[in-house]
Amino acid sequence: MEQATANSPAGAFPIERVREQFPLLAREIGGAPVAYLDSGASSQRVLASIEAVDDYERRHHSNVHRGSHTLSAEATEAYEGARNIVAGHIGAADRREVLFVRNATEALNLVARAWGDANVGAGDRIVLTEMEHHSNIVPWQQLAERVGAEIDWAPIDDDGVLDLDALRALLERGPKLLAVAHVSNVLGTENPLAEISAMAHDAGAIVVADGAQAAPKTALDVAALGVDFYAITGHKLYGPTGIGTLWGKLDLLRAMPPFLGGGSMIRKVTREGTTYADVPARFEAGTPAIAQAIGMGAAFEWLDTELGMEAVRDHERAMADYTLEKLADVPGLKVFGPPRGPERLGPVSFEIDGIHAHDVSEILDRHGIAVRAGHHCAQVLMDRLGITATARASFGVYTTTEEIDRLVDGLEDARRVFGL
Amino acid sequence: MDELYRDQILEHYKRPHNFGVVEGADLEYEDTNPFCGDEQHVTIKLGPDDRVSEIAFEGKGCAISTAATSLLTDELVGMSREELLRLPKDYVLELLGIDISATRMKCAMLGLKIVKSAALGRPAEWEDEGETGSPAEAATF
Repeated sequence: MEQATANSPAGAFPIERVREQFPLLAREIGGAPVAYLDSGASSQRVLASIEAVDDYERRHHSNVHRGSHTLSAEATEAYEGARNIVAGHIGAADRREVLFVRNATEALNLVARAWGDANVGAGDRIVLTEMEHHSNIVPWQQLAERVGAEIDWAPIDDDGVLDLDALRALLERGPKLLAVAHVSNVLGTENPLAEISAMAHDAGAIVVADGAQAAPKTALDVAALGVDFYAITGHKLYGPTGIGTLWGKLDLLRAMPPFLGGGSMIRKVTREGTTYADVPARFEAGTPAIAQAIGMGAAFEWLDTELGMEAVRDHERAMADYTLEKLADVPGLKVFGPPRGPERLGPVSFEIDGIHAHDVSEILDRHGIAVRAGHHCAQVLMDRLGITATARASFGVYTTTEEIDRLVDGLEDARRVFGL
Repeated sequence: MDELYRDQILEHYKRPHNFGVVEGADLEYEDTNPFCGDEQHVTIKLGPDDRVSEIAFEGKGCAISTAATSLLTDELVGMSREELLRLPKDYVLELLGIDISATRMKCAMLGLKIVKSAALGRPAEWEDEGETGSPAEAATF
């Protein structure tokens, strides 16, 4: 297959070839081909990943890091091969910095438990932003409750952009940690992580980035971003559920106590006690999600070899831009998040005056259009925006402008049903 | 006519009955639909016979949750707390008179759950998704 690169002219994104690689897109919902605009919740599965999992399950399954027999060696090679792929994809300097976890939520909990319990104490401060997903709020609230720490909230402006001056002021109070989304799952705001990381490090805080939404949309270079921990999940990146990655700086991971105890994470167990394995095994207790890790690796490899993340980002931007342009013509519709511009990615969240988001979603579903409605696990942000719910269109590499046009037509139908 | 969004539902959504707060309420409860964060607040005043004399609700919600609670609160004056607690799910579904899918059941049952919680003085818990779970059995003194 011919490669699309960052140098491809606009419009050269191989959308038809991409769509052929996603079997689910052949589904019809309500008599129409599905227009899947909910990739921010979970993206569809790419054939290369489905087939990699299938091949592993049929031909190579065994436990990893256990037996010396052929199948165990094959399973281990495939599982550790997936770690290499992930490390390459995100720009990790060392493959040992890539931990396999269940999802981004578990990655963030791992940091809160293992790093947090060892390094955050009574009276210490933790900074979060108002645009965080619950997965990057609740683990820190739980940590604060365990150790008696205090949480500060970095505010956003009315466009949904992080107020960096206010953040700087909070950092001057000397927090131990800043937890921040790379891209908001509601607003589509891309936070300037490199700048934020430098600010936080100057103040002596480490930076934990939630990359669940950013990783599917943009090329990653964790070293250039300057963060200390970065969480991603496989099922938003065309891979399976039940697998994600926590990337952490090697010296931090090495200094951290284990998260979960059990098999694989030990060096030696005696009646008197246990010594722990090196990183990354120390943080991968029990039999891991082997097939899922392999499936995530295959999805990343497909993205890197068939498209390249620069082209993926260009496509994401084009879809967000087109959606913002089209939604501007729908009467009574209000978009949340920054206006059209180079830093504006998806998703696009909106409300329509007189129709609740649930009802919008219900009527769109009749037209085969899948969007998410609700608080998007971001109730602090909803409170900041003064709303309880939005409808949200989110994009993937397979999203087309025709699907966005169908969204707009579906919204017109919703207005008709509600007599608007 | 639209099956789900028939005129009666939209009418109750746009102009809900009993919308507001009862002054000097004897019973009140506020809860959210955890699925979407929608909130409703129910206030109830009891008469000398300990039966509902006034009831009101307020909050922000979808057409289904708003219409369901609007229709429900029209029917409750004169009921005892015990009777409120014994109301089955079908009571609300019959008032709505439309098919409610499993994904919208939480919306339809939000008001009933809050009324029961107000009557109980603590959260009334039952599994209100899909076809399982009986609020009449779950919420008793």
